[in-house]
Amino acid sequence: MKLFKIFKNGIIDENPTFRLVLGTCPTLAITTSAINGIGMGLATTAVLIGSNVVISLLRKFIPGKVRMPAFVTVIAGFVTIVQMLLKAYVPSLDKALGIYIPLIVVNCIIMARAESFASKYPVLDSAVDGLGMGVGFTLAITALGAVREILGNGSIFGQYLFGESASPALAMILPPGGFLVYGLAIGLVNLLTKRQVLAAGCGAKDAGCEGCGGQCGLQTAEKEGQS
Amino acid sequence: MEINLLAGSSPHLKSGESTQKIMRDVIIALLPAAISSVYFFKVKAAMLIIVTVIACVTAEYAWCRITKKENTISDMSAAVTGILLAFNLSPSVPIWVAAIGGVFAIIIVKQLFGGLGHNFVNPALAARAFMMASWPVQMTAWQKPGWDAVSSATPLGIIKNGGGISGQMPEFWDMFLGNIGGTIGETSALAILAGAAYLVIRKVITLELPIAFIGTVGFMTWMLGGEAMFTGDFVYHIFAGGLMLGAFFMATDYTTSPVTFKGRIIMGIGCGLLTSVIRLYGGYPEGVSYSILLMNLVVPMIDRFLIPRSFGGGAVKNA
Repeated sequence: MKLFKIFKNGIIDENPTFRLVLGTCPTLAITTSAINGIGMGLATTAVLIGSNVVISLLRKFIPGKVRMPAFVTVIAGFVTIVQMLLKAYVPSLDKALGIYIPLIVVNCIIMARAESFASKYPVLDSAVDGLGMGVGFTLAITALGAVREILGNGSIFGQYLFGESASPALAMILPPGGFLVYGLAIGLVNLLTKRQVLAAGCGAKDAGCEGCGGQCGLQTAEKEGQS
Repeated sequence: MEINLLAGSSPHLKSGESTQKIMRDVIIALLPAAISSVYFFKVKAAMLIIVTVIACVTAEYAWCRITKKENTISDMSAAVTGILLAFNLSPSVPIWVAAIGGVFAIIIVKQLFGGLGHNFVNPALAARAFMMASWPVQMTAWQKPGWDAVSSATPLGIIKNGGGISGQMPEFWDMFLGNIGGTIGETSALAILAGAAYLVIRKVITLELPIAFIGTVGFMTWMLGGEAMFTGDFVYHIFAGGLMLGAFFMATDYTTSPVTFKGRIIMGIGCGLLTSVIRLYGGYPEGVSYSILLMNLVVPMIDRFLIPRSFGGGAVKNA
């Protein structure tokens, strides 16, 4: 039950892309197609699970002062493995993702999970956390990639929806489209969670608004009224 | 949102201005250019103007209904955005592309940032930039004026391709009247100047920004546009392309231009420098729309450093 909660946390409550807004560089850069999103997401997930497990195992062994270099070394090891596997078995994906595969080393989702979760919790919890965060990231960037691919290229997973002669909005698979779709998606998610919070009533009255991530807008409204 | 309006002590000054009145004046000022565009590009221009206006107004109405906000189509700002957007399009742009552009201008650029007065860039120009990136072929297929779709280059396009000497370049009077290739609203300098004169007489716009803009482009192209220094054909650069339309109708947009006199001069010079650099050295033949968009982004900064001193007060500290 607890493991399931950790898993769900990464997908919904603390979705790295939409709620934590981490790893925006690969998110914006590679979501030009749905298949890129899946590839990048799975590669990140593999690294995330591996690094979380190893860091969790070593958490009592790594001295606090040098934990960042130690984490990076572990993560870089897994990224190298993933990159070699991609080059060997799916070279086309490796080509499409390019520099963003080695850049997984400095992906802040992985660093954040190592720092805030794997270095504090036991192995199994950390592995599930890595899986949840990875799946959350994969789902999010695949969705963004699918939207951008449909609008910008008229296709989904390489299958043309409106015929190859149609001229869709090219800008959506160019950099401005990335910012547009990402911004709109975060706005939409915030809108939905705000409705959820308003419908359920405020559950954070005792803890105060600062402790609640619900974004109901009440706190800012109060502040505006006071000033 | 609740607005706290405080009434200060008397005397009070009541102004008869309203958004609606200003927008009505802008529409009247755009009429000469609209008539000339229909005269030169016939039914294609009329269709584009109608479609973008309908798209913009419908989008504004739908957004207000969906978000349950006060309906703002009666202030006519959406219609102005639609007309300006149509003026920025080539006559060969398909109707559906124009409609998407109109919806993009209103929903994404204007309403998502809070509606009229909160957009950080000019909606019509941002939509044009989006359309240029999305449908580059359709957006840059220029035509000769007339009923038939005869493809032709714009004057600035001819200069860019280095063929600007014999015969190809249109006569100055054709360019002044608008009998050249280009976006439907930009070709006729005469019609735009007539509309601009009306706006100036009605005190809707002031002249410092357009003059700084056009003057800078003129000076820069005169200095750097020719074979040697100070031999450039600046008259040609001033009347070709979208400079007139951009300087008088786009750059002077209240929301996205500085509030002080000095600020407007700075914005005009900035727009002029960027336009000249893009025209003379950039990849595109024309740079008016991008230069205005870029300067729109620095308007808050210009305003911040040019806070006027209050009457009788000391120096203003920057907040």
